[in-house]
Amino acid sequence: MFVLSAPLTISFDYTRSLGPVLGRFMTALRERRVLGSRTADGRVHVPPLEYDPATHAPVIDLVEVRPTGTVTSWTWTDRPLDGQPLDRPFAWALIRLDGADTALLHAVDAGSRELMRTGMRVSIRWAADRTGHIRDIACFQPGEVTDGPDRRDDEPVTVMTTPIRLSYTHTTSADESRYLYALADGRLLGQRCPVCRKVYVPPRVCPADGVPTEEEVAIRDHGTVTTFCVVNVPFAGQRLDPPYVVAQILLDGADIPIPHLILGLPADQVRMGMRVAAVWRDPESWTTTPENIVHFRPTGEPDAPYESYREHL
Amino acid sequence: MSVAVIGFAQAPCLPSAGTTSGVETLVPVFRRALAEAGLDRHEVDFWCSGSSDYLAGRAFSFVNAVDAIGAYPPICESHVEMDAAWAFYEAYVKILAGEAETALVYGFGKASAGLLRRVLALQLDPYTVAPLWPDSVSVAALQARCALDAGVVTERAMAEVAVRSRADASANPYSQLSGVLDLDDLLARPYLAEPLRAHDCAPVSDGAAALVLACGERARRHPRRAWISGVAHRIDPQGLGERDLTAAPSATAAAEAAGLPGDLDVAELHAPFTHQELLLRAALGLGERVRINPSGGALCGNPMFSAGLARIGTAAEQVMSGRARTAAGHATSGPALQQNLVCVLEAS
Repeated sequence: MFVLSAPLTISFDYTRSLGPVLGRFMTALRERRVLGSRTADGRVHVPPLEYDPATHAPVIDLVEVRPTGTVTSWTWTDRPLDGQPLDRPFAWALIRLDGADTALLHAVDAGSRELMRTGMRVSIRWAADRTGHIRDIACFQPGEVTDGPDRRDDEPVTVMTTPIRLSYTHTTSADESRYLYALADGRLLGQRCPVCRKVYVPPRVCPADGVPTEEEVAIRDHGTVTTFCVVNVPFAGQRLDPPYVVAQILLDGADIPIPHLILGLPADQVRMGMRVAAVWRDPESWTTTPENIVHFRPTGEPDAPYESYREHL
Repeated sequence: MSVAVIGFAQAPCLPSAGTTSGVETLVPVFRRALAEAGLDRHEVDFWCSGSSDYLAGRAFSFVNAVDAIGAYPPICESHVEMDAAWAFYEAYVKILAGEAETALVYGFGKASAGLLRRVLALQLDPYTVAPLWPDSVSVAALQARCALDAGVVTERAMAEVAVRSRADASANPYSQLSGVLDLDDLLARPYLAEPLRAHDCAPVSDGAAALVLACGERARRHPRRAWISGVAHRIDPQGLGERDLTAAPSATAAAEAAGLPGDLDVAELHAPFTHQELLLRAALGLGERVRINPSGGALCGNPMFSAGLARIGTAAEQVMSGRARTAAGHATSGPALQQNLVCVLEAS
């Protein structure tokens, strides 16, 4: 048996409030200007610090520095990664802007690594569309050519949004794979803990005893609603129109409930103890996924007594 | 002394292993660590782990891993989103405070699930650095060039670290890389992220480790133990341009606070890059007689979130086995040696 794996891409936006120092820094970037923060010792920090590391006082003194600077360290990237400032080979560099005492990390569009050296002079290449974000600096370029400040804009920048996108290969355990392969045959598989004898669906290391479950147990696709919620809220990516019911279903023969949809009756008629059965997709379309079961429907049997599921709420 | 390491186990460092959840990887590691400590899992007062959801790409992955503990009846558990060496520190303090007599500390991570050097960009400043997605190898390369430009290290000295580490790792069944490397051959190879070559960088490793601690009275009942004479951790500023990248002041400060002795026998240094071992040796003031990374170190297997804990465990094993009288375990976290922890272990 092969352990199953599949691509998993997650993406979300980080929306961050900026506060008084970074807000002014980002507002200035939108105007093609760079501000540094001056601490009590007279040093100018770019990127700015919000608090003085020596006195711990809030930093309120922001000063403008030049859009030109000196490379203090660098490395070369032949194959840029997703999300980096340039999509052709470039240098990462620490750059001390003229007027600053600390260095900023950014990309240098040097064209060739042979042109890179510590101590070289670079200048900011501004992004055409600026929103008040560190990426208003598109990158740096060799030499001292730079655009002057843009017109001032009265509306301060208070929030920045950074999209995050990450790609993974998600890999199941051997036990999870067995469960998913069984689903592809239209079967539900549990595994029994050798210590407490409880049956877990899907199979997992026993959370009570910390030991792998080994003995396979076939589980019927009928069960009891232990608890449920009615989803009334619309959200991005939602597949059903609200209201609809997501329930915890204790399958017959299992000792742990699984979450699934209850459809086939009005949401307000779903209740604890209700007997339900799986509605499977057309067997032609079965694969190694829980989506082979579309939802659960009521069987019409009498409700299960509370005592039969009280330990599984 | 009041707290000792009484057990340690690790999973083999592999380029790709096991499930994304880490549970199945941890079960045998717990079993071996507890067996070595002679403890039943019900005798563990406090559990503490280090891991990161960003490695697995799913929320609350550390909660999943609690399955491997067997959390019934309810247990006392905590988690740090850092290398488990910092979970070790939390457990150490918990025992010192008298709130637990025993603790099991563990770390785990499947670094191979995503693109590690890109995932690690998310530990950088979220306003001015992380949105550029600088990868962790490039950030280390910027530090290496600073050290080279300052004359603190040389590319040859860096390669010598790789040669020695790979050779030492041959005796370590848990290492991922080992063998004989030729120094001149290494220096002729192409750069990965100039001035770093492939041999200067730790491999991407999946893995896990678990370490068992006990208070004085409990520890004295165990035949094998390594007493903790001091632990400290310190941090440098987050801004890469805010600090002198050719030094690791937080490592120096941590060593001083932990009481790192001058007559140290062994140091297990958590240095995922060759130049970082050289910087750490200088920061900790380690002389020629100190055996550095007899395990091969993180350069031969760097499971994220447990490699630092494994340095402490491996150092403790040196003491428990009688191969060393005093040993130090070091862990780092964050970019370019930003955070450093030093643990001093002694035979008596």
